[in-house]
Amino acid sequence: MINLVKSKLKTFVGGIHSREDGKILTQDKKESPLLFPKTVYLFMSQHIGAPASPIVKKGDFVKKGQLVGTAQGFVSANVHASISGKVADVVPWPHPITGVRSPAVVIENCGEDSWIEGMSVASDIDLISPDEIRLLIQSAGIVGLGGATFPTHVKLTPPKDKIIDTVVMNGAECEPYLTCDYRLMLEKPHEIIQGLKLVMKCIGCKKAHIGIEANKSDVYTIFKNIVLNDPDIKVDLMEVKYPQGAEHQLIKALLNREFKPTQLPLEVGAIVINVGTAFAVYEAVKFKRPLIERMVTVTGNGVENPQNFLVRLGTPIQQLLEEARVKVNINKVIFGGPMMGIAQGNIESAVTIKGTGGILVLTDAQKWESHACIRCGRCIDSCPYGLNPSELSILCEAKEFNLALDNNVMECKECGCCSYICPAKRPIVHLIKFAKADIAKRKAKA
Amino acid sequence: MYDAESIPRIMWAVVFSLIPAGIAGVFTFGYYGFCVVFISSITAVITEMGILLLRKKPVLNTIKDGSAVVTGILLAYTLPPSTPWYVSVVGSFFAIAIVKHAFGGLGNNIWNPALAARAFLQVAYPASINSDWRVLQHGIGNLVHNITKTDPGGKLVDAITRATPLAKEAGAETYHLTQLFVGNIPGCIGETSVIALLLGGAYLMYKRYIHWYVPFYYIATVFVMVLILPPRIVTPWANNPLYHIFSGGLFLGAFFMATDMVTSPLTKRGLIIFAVGAGALTALIRFYSGYPEGVCYSILLMNTATPLIDRFTKPRLYGTRVKKV
Ligand code: SF4
Ligand code: SF4
Repeated sequence: MINLVKSKLKTFVGGIHSREDGKILTQDKKESPLLFPKTVYLFMSQHIGAPASPIVKKGDFVKKGQLVGTAQGFVSANVHASISGKVADVVPWPHPITGVRSPAVVIENCGEDSWIEGMSVASDIDLISPDEIRLLIQSAGIVGLGGATFPTHVKLTPPKDKIIDTVVMNGAECEPYLTCDYRLMLEKPHEIIQGLKLVMKCIGCKKAHIGIEANKSDVYTIFKNIVLNDPDIKVDLMEVKYPQGAEHQLIKALLNREFKPTQLPLEVGAIVINVGTAFAVYEAVKFKRPLIERMVTVTGNGVENPQNFLVRLGTPIQQLLEEARVKVNINKVIFGGPMMGIAQGNIESAVTIKGTGGILVLTDAQKWESHACIRCGRCIDSCPYGLNPSELSILCEAKEFNLALDNNVMECKECGCCSYICPAKRPIVHLIKFAKADIAKRKAKA
Repeated sequence: MYDAESIPRIMWAVVFSLIPAGIAGVFTFGYYGFCVVFISSITAVITEMGILLLRKKPVLNTIKDGSAVVTGILLAYTLPPSTPWYVSVVGSFFAIAIVKHAFGGLGNNIWNPALAARAFLQVAYPASINSDWRVLQHGIGNLVHNITKTDPGGKLVDAITRATPLAKEAGAETYHLTQLFVGNIPGCIGETSVIALLLGGAYLMYKRYIHWYVPFYYIATVFVMVLILPPRIVTPWANNPLYHIFSGGLFLGAFFMATDMVTSPLTKRGLIIFAVGAGALTALIRFYSGYPEGVCYSILLMNTATPLIDRFTKPRLYGTRVKKV
C-alpha cells in the first residue's frame, strides 16, 4: 500500500530518508517576525565568484538599500546596506562559510529604517523587457538563495548555443529542520509565481515546472490554484527524500533528464531557481528592492522558541539566538541544515549572509567513534551521483589523491548522504572535501 | 547527523537472528550443541580482547560491537555437534586472531573468519570434522559424557552416528523433504533446520542488513545446477534439487555467510555475481569432488575473488548512461 502511494510521487535513485525531520518545530509558526539588528556586518563575499569591492568608508552615513559594495566583474554580486546608519568600519571579519577573515562593512543602526531614494517604488512589470529584468536582478545583488549563492543574473545569461526550454523551481526544501522556504511559499505564493514568470520572461522560456515535496501538500494545492489557467507551468509533488531539492535530483524527478555531477542544468536545457530567489526577483523587479533580507529558520533543540524570522543580511546570530531564547547548554551551532550545514566555530562573530537559510542549534550533538569501513555498501546505494564513497573515503584517508581522482572524487557534490548512512560512522564527506581542497590547491600551483 | 544504524546494532541483530537455528540445533543434537556454541563464542570474545590489548586498541567498545560473538556462533554452527571442546577453542582462536586481526580487524579481513576457521579445522582435525557425526539425544547426562569423552562406551550408545544427508557412500540414508526442512537430521549444529534459518534470514532482510538477492541467487544457482549437472555417483536424490538445497550448509551459508558485508562485494551487481559464483562452485564441489559439502570452500573462494569483482562492478557515474537513440 505504502509502495503504491509512493510510486506516484516523482523522485530519483539513491538519497536518504532522514531519521529526524525536525520541520515540525517551526513549520506552523505563522507570520515570521522581522528582526531589527543593532549592528550588521556585510561581507563583500556572500556569493560564488569575485568578492564585491567596498565603496563606503568609516564614518559615512548610509541608508537602507544603498549600495555599499560593487560587483567586481560579471560573476560577482552587489552588496547593499540592510539597515540605515553609520559605517562603523570596513574590517576583515571571520566568514561563516570559509572560516577565514574577509572584508565586511560594519553598519551601526541609527534607528531610522528608511529606504534610500529611488528604491522600493512599485512599477508596472507587464511591459518590462527581458534585458531590463536581468539588469534589475543584477543590480539588486540577487544570488541563489537555496544555499548555492550563485549570482542569479549569470544563471539567467546562458551561453548562446544552449537552448533552455524549462525553468525548474525548487520548492522541495529537502534538508531536515529547515522550513524557511515552506513559510515563504505559504506567506507569499503569488509573489513567488510572479517572480518565476519574470525569470521565464527574462530568458525567453515558455515552460516551467515546480517541484514540491509531498510533506508540503498545502503549498502544492495553493500553487496549483494560482497556475490554474497557466498550462505551461506545471506543479508536481515529489517524494520526501534528501537531496530531492538538489539540481540533479530535481531535474531527474521532474523532467527525467540526467547530466554529470559537474555539469550545469543548462546542459539538459533547464535552469533551476529556488522559491526564495524567485521571491527576491519579484521584489527587485516590481519594487526595485535590493536583496537585504531573507527568511531564516532558527531551530533545533538548543532553542526554546524555534521559529522563522525575516532577517536583515549581516545580522549577528547572537541576536537571532537570543530572540529564539537559546538554552545555556548548547554545544553546536550549524549554518544551514543538518545534512550540508557548516558548524560554526565562533558564535560571537558569526553573522548571516545571503545563503543562510537556517541556523540549527543543538544541545546534544552525539559523538560517534568512527570505525574502519565494513563494506556494507550502503553509501554506494545512497550516493545520488553514482560514486563509490567507501572507496573514496579509504583513498582520501590514505592521501592517495591520484587514485581518488581516477575514482571521480571531483564529481562529489558533498551532499552528505554517504556519511549520514554509514553504520561505521565514517566522516566520508569530510575526507572527500579535504582531498578535493588539496587537489585544487595542487592544480592551482601547477 | 548520522543514521541510527551502527555496527553494534547490525552485529547484535545478526546474533539475534541466529537464535532460532541454535534452538533447532539443541533440539536435534542435545545440550552439547549449545556447549560448542558457548565455548566457541567465549573463546572468540576472549581472543578478541587479548588481541585488542596487544594492538593497543579500545577494548570495551570493540567487544561491545558484537562482531566476535557473531564469528564465534557462526563457527560453532558449522561444526558437528560432537566436536571436542578444544577443537572449537582452536578454531575460534584461529578465526579471530589469524583471519580477522592479522588482516587488520573488522572491515579489513578478506575471508569470512568463521568459514576460514572451519576450513582450517577440517585440515587440522579431520577426524573430528569429517566423521563421527552424531545425532545425540537430549539430556544433561550426554552433555557430561561428551565433554569429558571419558566413557566412549557407556551412555553414549544412544548417540547414533550417521552421515550427512549429502554423503555419497553406499548406504547413505535418504531423508524425507519435510525432515530436511525442519532439521532433525544429522549435520552441523546450526545448519540443519532450514525453517529456523529462514526465520533468522527473514528478520535480517526485514531489517535490511542483508540483501534478498544474495541468498536468492545463491540457492537458485545450486537449484539449477543440480537439475542440469550429470552426477558422478548416482543416488536416488542425486538430481533432486530440493533435496540438495535443503541439506548440508546451504541455507546457513547463503543467508549468514555469503551475506557477510566485509567479505562480499559492495554493489548489487557485484553481489549477484558473487552469489551465482558461490552457487556454481558449491554444486560443482558437491558433484565432482571428494567432499560431500561445498558451501564453505565456495564462499571462501568467492571471498578471494571479491576485490576483483569490485573492480569490474564499479557504480556508474551519474549522467553517463549511454543513451539508446
Ligand atoms: S557526499 Fe559525495 S560521495 Fe557522498 S553521497 Fe554525496 S555525492 Fe556521493
Ligand atoms: S556505508 Fe560506511 S561502512 Fe558501509 S561501505 Fe560505505 S563507508 Fe563502508
